[in-house]
Amino acid sequence: MAPRHLMRLDLIFKDEHDVAPLVRQTLARGRDDIVNELIASGLKGRGGAGFPTGLKWKLTADAPGDEKYVICNADEGEPGTFKDREILMRVPEKVLAGMAVCAKVIGARQGFIYLRGEYRFLRAQLQQVIDGFHAVLDEAGLPFRIEIFMGSGAYICGEESALFESMEGQRGEPRNKPPYPTQCGFRNAPTVINNVETLAHTYSIFKYGAEKFRDLGVQDSRGSKVFSVSGDTPVPGIYELEFGMTLQRFVEDFGDGDTKAVQVGGASGFCVPRKRFERTIIGYQGKLTGTSLPTGGSMMLFNSSRSMYNVLHNYLEFFVEESCGQCTPCRVGTQQLLRGIEGVKRGELSSATLDALLDLAETMRLTAKCGLGQSVANSFASIVENFREEMIY
Amino acid sequence: MPHTVNCQIDHLSVNIQPGATILEAARSIHIQIPTLCYHSDLCVAGNCRLCMVEQVGADRLLPACATPVTEGMEILTNSQKVRHARKVMLELLMSEHRSDCTHCYKNGRCELQNLASEYLVQDGRFIDLVPFKNYTIDDLSPSIIKDDAKCIRCQRCVRTCAEIQAVSALAVAHKGAEMKISTFFDLPMAEVVCTNCGQCVTHCPTGALVEKNYIDAVWQAMDDDARHVVVQTAPAVRIALGEALGLEPGQIVTGKMVAALRRLGFDSVLDTDFSADLTIIEEGHELLQRLREVIRDKNPQVKLPMTTSCSPGWIKFLEHLYPDLLPHLSTAKSPQQMFGALAKTYYARRIGMDAKNMVSVSVMPCTAKKFEAARPEMCASGFRDVDYVLTTRELAMMIRQAGIDFLSLPDDEFDSIMGQSSGAGVIFGATGGVMEAALRTVYEVVTGREVPFDGLNIVPVRGLEQVKEAALTISSPLPEWGFLDGVTLKTCVVHGLAGAREVMKKVADGSCDYHFIEIMACPGGCLGGGGQPMPVSDHVREMRARAIYRDDAGKAIRKSHENPDVVKLYEDFLKEPLGHLSHQLLHTHYVARKRY
Repeated sequence: MAPRHLMRLDLIFKDEHDVAPLVRQTLARGRDDIVNELIASGLKGRGGAGFPTGLKWKLTADAPGDEKYVICNADEGEPGTFKDREILMRVPEKVLAGMAVCAKVIGARQGFIYLRGEYRFLRAQLQQVIDGFHAVLDEAGLPFRIEIFMGSGAYICGEESALFESMEGQRGEPRNKPPYPTQCGFRNAPTVINNVETLAHTYSIFKYGAEKFRDLGVQDSRGSKVFSVSGDTPVPGIYELEFGMTLQRFVEDFGDGDTKAVQVGGASGFCVPRKRFERTIIGYQGKLTGTSLPTGGSMMLFNSSRSMYNVLHNYLEFFVEESCGQCTPCRVGTQQLLRGIEGVKRGELSSATLDALLDLAETMRLTAKCGLGQSVANSFASIVENFREEMIY
Repeated sequence: MPHTVNCQIDHLSVNIQPGATILEAARSIHIQIPTLCYHSDLCVAGNCRLCMVEQVGADRLLPACATPVTEGMEILTNSQKVRHARKVMLELLMSEHRSDCTHCYKNGRCELQNLASEYLVQDGRFIDLVPFKNYTIDDLSPSIIKDDAKCIRCQRCVRTCAEIQAVSALAVAHKGAEMKISTFFDLPMAEVVCTNCGQCVTHCPTGALVEKNYIDAVWQAMDDDARHVVVQTAPAVRIALGEALGLEPGQIVTGKMVAALRRLGFDSVLDTDFSADLTIIEEGHELLQRLREVIRDKNPQVKLPMTTSCSPGWIKFLEHLYPDLLPHLSTAKSPQQMFGALAKTYYARRIGMDAKNMVSVSVMPCTAKKFEAARPEMCASGFRDVDYVLTTRELAMMIRQAGIDFLSLPDDEFDSIMGQSSGAGVIFGATGGVMEAALRTVYEVVTGREVPFDGLNIVPVRGLEQVKEAALTISSPLPEWGFLDGVTLKTCVVHGLAGAREVMKKVADGSCDYHFIEIMACPGGCLGGGGQPMPVSDHVREMRARAIYRDDAGKAIRKSHENPDVVKLYEDFLKEPLGHLSHQLLHTHYVARKRY
């Protein structure tokens, strides 16, 4: 199926043969110069939460402490997301380059790639690239080393503070915030933790300039984004697209002609029904008109043959198992949501239960300790509100 | 950085030091915010989400226990949003919790139950999740019962076991709905590194961790006219029992306690303080013997520093974690077990009672004592030396069951022969007490003079710092102890097993030169024991410690070797410290245990 509407890009995966010279050239620039360019580019974190990357680097650079770390979050665990794997397979040097520049900016001597347990097959190849990259750093005179740290498969360890706990040999449980990683991260030292894709984008910015990056996207959602497209689509796969598209145009390009809903942002994201496709814009939440949805890049399409009850049930089973279990709203709330929709479906609980569960989902959003617990409500509320009859009958 | 931070809580201005949490700021102006996972003894977890408060202008709620106050912050602790969230949190916790409150051991003393009642939590909004769970009860330990169905996963026990005790017998296992507090490979508490100290019990807000109680067994023994039931009460019980019966912390209720025990039906009401004095004689002489063998005889087989052996939690800790260091442990039994061995021998003979008809009960501030009494070595009398161990909490429960109006009881006195004690025996209940008592006796045995401290108060070993050190130089000793002339006795006092671990690391690698170390498993010593009334905090422990030192100061006899009952015991029965009978009845040995 040929692209019709969407702005396809080839920045991230573009074959570049100048990583070493660009790294040398960028490392020769002043710290402020680098940070300012990053801030000017408008780049925001591509893991899903969308924190401004330049600001994150600046805060960490300014934080007191001799020991600082750069961590690449490659614990790509969100259901329906598989773009970081592709980036690490095809253009790992760009990610390493981003880490090295960050290290120079914040003054880190050690960096880690926290590699998802299920991506163990990437390890040997990635290690080779790192070994080669270390020679580039030595040449450039940057005392910085990158190590791979293997995750063990817990979804929650993709949450940055749970990731630190995991790396420190503790149980992977999110920490209280504040303090934030920029002040107190891995080993309680100031830490920049960036998603794989975010780091790869910094490479493009250093190469082509903030201006060019800013030209892409809309308002506060700048640049391009790599999407993992799956579900009822004739063309599943990885696509780099410009920010700011409507879901309608996306579905026209990627749908199978019978798309009834798109789950944007994975199991912790939002479900958009067909009637809202036109009004929904993919970007970070901000001043966009209509509903704008942030995303780590997962786009799951469902056609009319799918039961949205089954979709939600599947997500909730996932959360019931993958909640770390420490905080009450997430641990117990997810069980209540799952048992609740089961009871309604079986006719043992009245449909009014769904309203009580929506209220619970909202309380979970307000009270949960980390992003996971807070975002369970997203998929639950958006599916139950839009497909209520499918929950009951 | 400014010296203080200003914020508003419920429209009231608060001025507080930077770094203070919203919870601390609120409490400073007497606004109560409900908590469950928070405990002043422990690091902040922020996982129960009960203390959520609203920050004006913010969307999400904030955990008051884990959020530092910032300048100009406006906090609401009683908004509609907050009240709703609080109630939902309680209802969620209750939905995962087996709410059989009326027949729960913690009924009436449960923090979750209290909050549920305060917030009018009603059944039914959420699905009862208990039937979906595979909850188990572990009641194989002689000390502690763990009931997972009562657990709210606040991890107070986990933090207690890790931070206060550095044992980590309890840890979090699994995730999501399966997440639970577990042990190594989910083995029963009786089969893992657990020291039975019971600190998890005193820090558990619900009925998930409770002492194994022997109340009915003790009633039964007392109901049997053919049995003579002897009871002993530990030093730290009398200064804490009142808390469980309506008094403020720090009240000495010895006389009422004795009266109550008699009213309950115990045939002989005796005092562990007596055997605490006896412990000092035996342990003190053991120390002197070790000093002689190491300093004078240069015997490489004999180990210094010698450590105390009164705390069964500490003993089990060492048996598990530093079995190589067991030779450092004094062979003297704890006061409870010395008492038990004598009760069914010396005391039985004196009152003309056949020991087989005697039941020996102890009231202890401790859950590990239940385990200690059940150790196979503890049958020196030919019978089990101590049949039942009750905690302070269990005694309070029995007093209430018996309908005794505790506060109106007239003071009574212990029975004779094994009922007298010195101030030295009294202070066993506080961290540093054994050290102070030992020094009062040992110094005098060696020099013929009293310890050179004002009013016999060896202040450097008192107080709640985790590790205390004190040195005492011996000059012009009696001729028999000439080898100690000019020797500076170096001592160390530790409470809480986390501190014990640090000190034992030094002993293991030889980086300390102590002669004598007192170690108590629980924070504050026995006064903060795992069998004491709840709640517990530094303030409560401080109040109890003050009561103990007040009790000591008021005693006519302050030194163990001057306790007339002890003097008589040696004259009539034991003959001499470390003698043949002492070895048979009052000393023991230890076993190496596995590390997990």
